[in-house]
Amino acid sequence: MIELRDIRKIYQLGEEEVHALDGVSLTIQDREFVAIIGASGSGKSTLMNIIGCLDTADEGSYKIDGQEVSDLSEKQQSILRNRKIGFIFQQFNLLPKLTAYENVELPLIYQGVPGAERKTRVLEALERVSLANRVHHRPNQLSGGQQQRVAVARALVTRPSLILADEPTGNLDSHSTDDIMRLLKELHAQGNTLVLITHDNEIAAAAPRRVRLLDGKIVADSGNVLVYDAKTEQDNRRTIVPGDSRISAPDGGKGGGRA
Amino acid sequence: MKLSQAGKMAFSAVLSNKLRSFLTMLGIIIGVMAVTLLISLVQGATNTVTESLDELGGDQLVVSITDRSKRLTLGEVEALAGEGGIAYVSPTLSGSGTAKAAGKSTDVTISGITEFYDAVQGLDLESGRVITQLDNEQRLAVCVVGHSVARDLFGNTDILDETIRLSGRDYRIVGVLNEAQETMFGSANSAVFLPFTNAQRLLSNVSVGSFYVATEEGTTTQEAEDVLDRALMEKYGDDDSYSIVNLTDVMDAVNDVMAALELLLGAIAGISLLVGGIGIMNIMLVSVTERTREIGIRKAIGALKSDIVVQFMIESVIISLIGGLIGMLLSQGVLTTLNTLYPDYHFGITAGVAAMALGFSIMVGLVFGIYPANKAAKLKPINALRYE
Repeated sequence: MIELRDIRKIYQLGEEEVHALDGVSLTIQDREFVAIIGASGSGKSTLMNIIGCLDTADEGSYKIDGQEVSDLSEKQQSILRNRKIGFIFQQFNLLPKLTAYENVELPLIYQGVPGAERKTRVLEALERVSLANRVHHRPNQLSGGQQQRVAVARALVTRPSLILADEPTGNLDSHSTDDIMRLLKELHAQGNTLVLITHDNEIAAAAPRRVRLLDGKIVADSGNVLVYDAKTEQDNRRTIVPGDSRISAPDGGKGGGRA
Repeated sequence: MKLSQAGKMAFSAVLSNKLRSFLTMLGIIIGVMAVTLLISLVQGATNTVTESLDELGGDQLVVSITDRSKRLTLGEVEALAGEGGIAYVSPTLSGSGTAKAAGKSTDVTISGITEFYDAVQGLDLESGRVITQLDNEQRLAVCVVGHSVARDLFGNTDILDETIRLSGRDYRIVGVLNEAQETMFGSANSAVFLPFTNAQRLLSNVSVGSFYVATEEGTTTQEAEDVLDRALMEKYGDDDSYSIVNLTDVMDAVNDVMAALELLLGAIAGISLLVGGIGIMNIMLVSVTERTREIGIRKAIGALKSDIVVQFMIESVIISLIGGLIGMLLSQGVLTTLNTLYPDYHFGITAGVAAMALGFSIMVGLVFGIYPANKAAKLKPINALRYE
């Protein structure tokens, strides 16, 4: 579970102070699929960096699974990133000199997982993203969509609490975009917690819950919905309006709703 | 992360840019080559000098008479034997000349010796006998010839009872020496040994110019030197008239000089290792900047600071260690070539020098890798990921 309370982040641009995040509070339950939508400059990247423990907030509290992140040392944050967060970036961010297999293996190496287990898990993850036949290809031998799928496998392989996707389709053609979005929805349906950051309403529509960010503030939240469900999806699409409209999760959701 | 994994990563990073890795290594290659080559050359030369001195007799004293106004006779010299601690005294009278036989001639060194020469300096006979007391008493015209002399004049060494002619006198060959090892001070190969009394006449010199002294067992060369000093002082009354050289002292002095030379040259060559190390640091810093994004990705997916430090440190150590190995192989190659060109010398890299050179290589890699590795580890993942 992710809990952000009154998060503020201020950048100093010369004389001017820019409030990238201006009091953001957000709770994301396990197994949720949330899209954070915002135009460039809305603070969504800053928010994503803070959620991903790549950056720290100036004020406010951020807890992952009950653990206050600002209390953690740099080393503990690295370990937390390694175990609890899986990243999917717009630029894929694969290491160009490593094969698909080696890229997916990397977080497990840093985690200290023994070799035999690593192999099983890496192959499993690559199988999961339908790249079992591209295991020993390097990124430059793969298409954009395939590269992003390797990145998804890398995010998955550690079985993280949270998969964080930052504009995952930003560099992909429409065909690959569909591919990745289908994959993300499947991952959600299988019980993963996903946070998708995008500027694109259409992409965001894949997520049952959508949070809109404007000038460092949350201006709309469609409410937490735990499981992907075509019917709720339709409902949500109609109800997403500016303003802090929170809709309770329908009963019978797998993870239990927030009070 | 396990060290083996870090090593694998570092190795593939080194291999992925072979030319650059090699150019970086070049500094270390040259540095290690310079250090091992210079030290091995000095060590080789030291060994050769020491061997030559040993060949002359390491536990012997050499007395030279500089004051020719007072004659030191053969009898006086021989009387010294039997004084405290002195076992044998072997006077020699040296000169040079041309030996002729069977229509051929060759330049030889002529040494007049007594029967004690064999006991003190040693004669390595292939056949025949050495010069005896009787030869000297009777002034017999006999000689013992070196290996080269025999070969040059007769073409073989089976020449006992043949004669050679020196300054118009014939000498009967009673002994032939085995081939001797060439030393810096020459060898017995081109020598002709005559009875001392005969050489006095041949070289027109009756007084003893120098003599070797062998000490009795249990007597140090220093003690023997004191005894000789007292006896000669009694005769000459002036210690400028003679000199006593203790070969052990000479050897010690040579070793001291060579050790100092080794240290000096090693230190100078070490500077090139230092320069090589700075080269590594420079390239590692460039590499850190170039790989900022890679570092960001690694940190984002959970690499610890220490993982990054270890990865970059191993990279610089691999470069310096491989450079060190190549440098050592090259200098071994040069030494082997020198050995074939100059067979008198035996150059080689000793285990100690090899260990030292590799130890220094590793140290250079560690010392000059620390800063870049730390710089890489300190990058904030957020900034590193944004880096284009």
